[in-house]
Amino acid sequence: MTLDELPRGDRAVVTALDIRGGARRRLMDLGLLPGSAVHAEMTSPLGDPTAYEIRGALVVLRREQARAVHVEPEGR
Amino acid sequence: MATPLPTPGVGRTPEPPDAGGACASCALAPEATRLARLGLDPGRYSHVVALAGNPNTGKSTVFNALTGLRQHVGNWAGKTVARAEGGFSYGGVGYRIVDLPGTYSLLSASADEDVARDVLLFGRPDVTVVVVDATRLERNLPLVLQVRQITGRVVVALNLVDEARRHGITVDVRHLARELGVPVVATAARRGEGLPDLLAAIEQVATTDDPPAPLRLVHHDPELERAVATLADQVAARFPSLPNTRWVALRLLEGDPGIEAAVRDGSLGDQAAPTVGAAG
Ligand SMILES: Nc1nc2c(ncn2[C@@H]2O[C@H](COP(=O)(O)OP(=O)(O)O)[C@@H](O)[C@H]2O)c(=O)[nH]1
Ligand SMILES: [Mg+2]
Repeated sequence: MTLDELPRGDRAVVTALDIRGGARRRLMDLGLLPGSAVHAEMTSPLGDPTAYEIRGALVVLRREQARAVHVEPEGR
Repeated sequence: MATPLPTPGVGRTPEPPDAGGACASCALAPEATRLARLGLDPGRYSHVVALAGNPNTGKSTVFNALTGLRQHVGNWAGKTVARAEGGFSYGGVGYRIVDLPGTYSLLSASADEDVARDVLLFGRPDVTVVVVDATRLERNLPLVLQVRQITGRVVVALNLVDEARRHGITVDVRHLARELGVPVVATAARRGEGLPDLLAAIEQVATTDDPPAPLRLVHHDPELERAVATLADQVAARFPSLPNTRWVALRLLEGDPGIEAAVRDGSLGDQAAPTVGAAG
């Protein structure tokens, strides 16, 4: 699944980034690399953007950015 | 654009702006550390030190403790909009020190990252101190590795170790130093803890004739290596005084718009160099 589909409160691990160029670099700089743990924290009223906890910081992503991040959800 | 926010609940308690400077100065007694704070004007100086790091790692707190200045300290991002410069002397030798804007990376296109990158890449400081947050090491290390790709003249200030202790986090400083190939000094800059050791490490790196080589990313792809080498040669031919042509070539291949524009209009390396490069 992709990160935009991760329900609020759930955790996942990044498996791949399906995006190229500067946008890919931007996501990597925010800490989203294969193996990174992600926690969906808060969603704004319209569901976009969403705040995620990544490597000890809150990071806000637009849906189109989150859609490029493939994740393996963690069983709860 | 995605915006990193402070993490609620796990952040440090905000302090009144002045508390940091005052406390750091009482703990770092100048006579005990051969330190003289020289404020804005370092006078004659032998070495240039750049302070890099993620936002809110304590760069300005370190800067203030060493210079005696009151560069704004606080618990939010985007405070150091441009670089701030000051001076100190240590062991009778003058240092000029530059407090850079906080960045997570040197590779994305943002004004803050461009300032930090230009100073590190083209200003060629004698020492780059990367101030990292001991409670968020995983988030902080990518920048350390990016700086290590540019230079071996690096000291890592593992700051906020007091916070780390409070969270039950212990960092194996010697192991980290071995992995990174540069000195790592544990500090709690707000209390002045570790700053004498930090100064000693800065002096050592500033004066060594034999710094560690910049880290070289190994690409297991001969075609990519060929492309980098070819491009790096062309960059070197066009900009003969430029260090790190390989780094520039990699950025070009990645499609970095800022570097691309600077190569196109011939201004690559023009910024940052005049002020910082003025070191004797
Ligand atoms: N507990 C603790 N707080 C610190 C330390 N160093 C800096 N701070 C605090 O962390 C916050 C950010 O510091 P600042 O120097 O502005 O960070 P900068 O963004 O990297 O320049 C301020 O509230 C400082 O007082 C430290 O070693 N320990
Ligand atoms: Mg600052």
